Amino acid sequence: MLSRVAGSVYWMFRYLERAENIARFINADLHQFLEDQGRQGNLWVSLLAVTGDQEDFDKRYPAATRENVLTFLTVDDEYDNSLYRCVLQARENARSVRESISSEMWEEINALYLRVRDYRSGQGRGDAFEFCKAVIQSCYQVVGLFYTTMNRGEAWHFGRLGMLLERADKTSRILDVKYFILLPDPTWVGTAYDNTQWAALLKAVSGLEMYRKIYRRIGPRDVAEFLIFDGGFPRSILHCLHYSEDSLKVLSGSPRGGALNAAQKSLFRLRTELETGSVTDVMEGGLHGYLDGLQTRLNQVDQDVYQVFFAPKIELSRRMDHGYLGQHQS
Amino acid sequence: MFDNYRIDGVWDELFESAGIARSSFQAFYEALSQIPGDEYRRLQKEAEQALIRTGITFVVYGDKEGQEKIMPFDLLPRIVTSADWNRLEAGLVQRIQALNLFLDDVYHDQKIFKDKVVPAGLVLSATSFRKECVGLDPPKGIWIHVTGTDLIRDPAGEFLVLEDNLRCPSGVSYVLENRDLVKRAFPHLFGKLNIRPVDHYPDLLYDVLEFLCPEVAEKRLGVLTPGVYNSAYFEHSFLARKMGVELLEGQDLVVEDDRVYIRTTKGFEPLHAIYRRIDDDFLDPRVFRPDSMIGVPGLFQAYKKGNVALANAPGTGVADDKAVYAYVPDIIKYYLGQDAILNNVPTYLCDREKELGYVLANLDKLVVKATNESGGYGMLMGHQATREQREQFALKIQANPRGYIAQPVVNLSQAPTWVDDHFEGRRVDLRPYVLYGKEIRVIPGGLTRVALKPGSLVVNSSQGGGSKDTWVIQDDQGGDRA
Repeated sequence: MLSRVAGSVYWMFRYLERAENIARFINADLHQFLEDQGRQGNLWVSLLAVTGDQEDFDKRYPAATRENVLTFLTVDDEYDNSLYRCVLQARENARSVRESISSEMWEEINALYLRVRDYRSGQGRGDAFEFCKAVIQSCYQVVGLFYTTMNRGEAWHFGRLGMLLERADKTSRILDVKYFILLPDPTWVGTAYDNTQWAALLKAVSGLEMYRKIYRRIGPRDVAEFLIFDGGFPRSILHCLHYSEDSLKVLSGSPRGGALNAAQKSLFRLRTELETGSVTDVMEGGLHGYLDGLQTRLNQVDQDVYQVFFAPKIELSRRMDHGYLGQHQS
Repeated sequence: MFDNYRIDGVWDELFESAGIARSSFQAFYEALSQIPGDEYRRLQKEAEQALIRTGITFVVYGDKEGQEKIMPFDLLPRIVTSADWNRLEAGLVQRIQALNLFLDDVYHDQKIFKDKVVPAGLVLSATSFRKECVGLDPPKGIWIHVTGTDLIRDPAGEFLVLEDNLRCPSGVSYVLENRDLVKRAFPHLFGKLNIRPVDHYPDLLYDVLEFLCPEVAEKRLGVLTPGVYNSAYFEHSFLARKMGVELLEGQDLVVEDDRVYIRTTKGFEPLHAIYRRIDDDFLDPRVFRPDSMIGVPGLFQAYKKGNVALANAPGTGVADDKAVYAYVPDIIKYYLGQDAILNNVPTYLCDREKELGYVLANLDKLVVKATNESGGYGMLMGHQATREQREQFALKIQANPRGYIAQPVVNLSQAPTWVDDHFEGRRVDLRPYVLYGKEIRVIPGGLTRVALKPGSLVVNSSQGGGSKDTWVIQDDQGGDRA
């Protein structure tokens, strides 16, 4: 498979997953709750903090009001990680690899793009929460088509790898929202408010019901364990790493016992650390710090994937005098 | 729907006279007339929405807002009788054969100059003449593998050749997509006539490319595109998908020891034939424009050595130069000893002093075209231009007579086209596609382009034209040649 095409498929799914997760951040349940707390300003700031892009926001917006934060996260054309930009990028990537994905998938991604574009231009501008719900639905359809209309070939595995690495990162960030919400007032821990917050968070990852099947009560320790370590829950970090690793193995084609490439090594290390770790250690060392470290490690895996599969292999052709024009997309 | 339909002194593709369909199309017309206007309007709208939904779009240069557009599509097909088609087909095969021989001669012995049939100066001065191609032997001696010839029909109903497009003609994806849309909208109408299929075009193109490959065990083919921002990107991707080959950008290719490789996730793999949709100029920065960012350094050398095939060959543009066009009937006579089956539109070469005088004196009656432009750019429609525009154009012609030709305004034929809630006549042309591999094959159909403004004669999509499906009725003998 062409390196450029593989890269585009990988990024197409990262962007789709990213878009879906922005919609999840803005999820009605979560915010209905946030606003009930009457601490709106701060809470919107915490949402920004989780994106890691607060600096960008501060440059262009006077204050972190509900309206401004929603605009920034959904339709801002200058913000690379806005929902609009993510969907646009996913579609641009899809457009450049239409021959590698099914027509059904392309049409659904195109429909998602048209919906977001219309919303942005005001034609479909309704309730932001309703809009986000529709985006999540549309993403479900794309993922459904991904599983039901595509061969389990290289393109599929690059797609799944991108989707799951992005999802692992985003689950860690959703979990991290909690950290920022709690910052102002640690005395809340363990109160009824606290429980409602954790429940809202589980709902944002569509995990409340699945969680209840395993743990009856809602508590920070159990929620963290569920979202990080539960190998059975499809949005848990460990689950994402497991299946990323499966795809990476197929893509690398390395025989049992053969040498691992850099991407396989870093993913293997991360996955086994999670498997041998425990939520007790995580809570003792501090959840936020742990999640931060996890995100850095996931970035490393992403960079290794780039080096192994997408980067120009110049050493194979010293006389090659043109640079690789691949887009920088992270 | 046809209540106030008018035919004013032009050839109409459907009607013989107002209200009376041409005899071959009678059954079709009757079935069509039974569709209620509201229903027709709904079908037309649905077809347009399908284009947006599936992202069948093109990009208009210099149009920043909403860069991606759908090509306006008119659901009512243009129909061609089998008798007309058979003549067109024979004429196109003859023309392509002669032009291919002409190219081979121009880049080798140049006998046609020595025999004083075509003036050497005229050809060698064309900007599309590539001195780099002198002595070049393309695989199997074929230069022009894919052609999209523009034909128009005069008021007497005769098809005339307007332009030979021998470089990277686009539009064939619309032929296939339009057919799909029409079939979906009118399944029963489609069944009324015995229409020849066009869907096998990608298979035929694949066969042509495979035929050109060097002798290797495992042949690998690809379509080379300038990239996602090119106006015809949809088509490049469409053809790659339908042929099941790689869609390549220049950055995906590497030339090493005069062999071409593609950059894959598992290392470099050899490539043997390229359907390239990049102009000669940008193909290889070592040989052509050095500032090309979309080409492949070393590609031309690999091609010359026979390690990779290119379709079309570089240098073919010299044979569709608008001044060389005037000589095509002589070219056919010279190489094949035959009279041209399809006539040209009468053409004045400004390069000839006498004709220049005529052109300058009659600018208000002529269409003047720059010899090395296409897509409706760089032309003057004399009868519609202001006096000032004509005077300015006259200065341009005088400064560079070789750069211009002139033709009388041909009153293009019209075809019924949907406008709001009824049909009106709109001018059309026809671009059939011709493939040259083991043999020369014309796809039965083609792109009918339609000028959407009432009375307008300019059908180019870059100038706001639309398109229609083209139906060729199956011959009674049933010979499905292409």
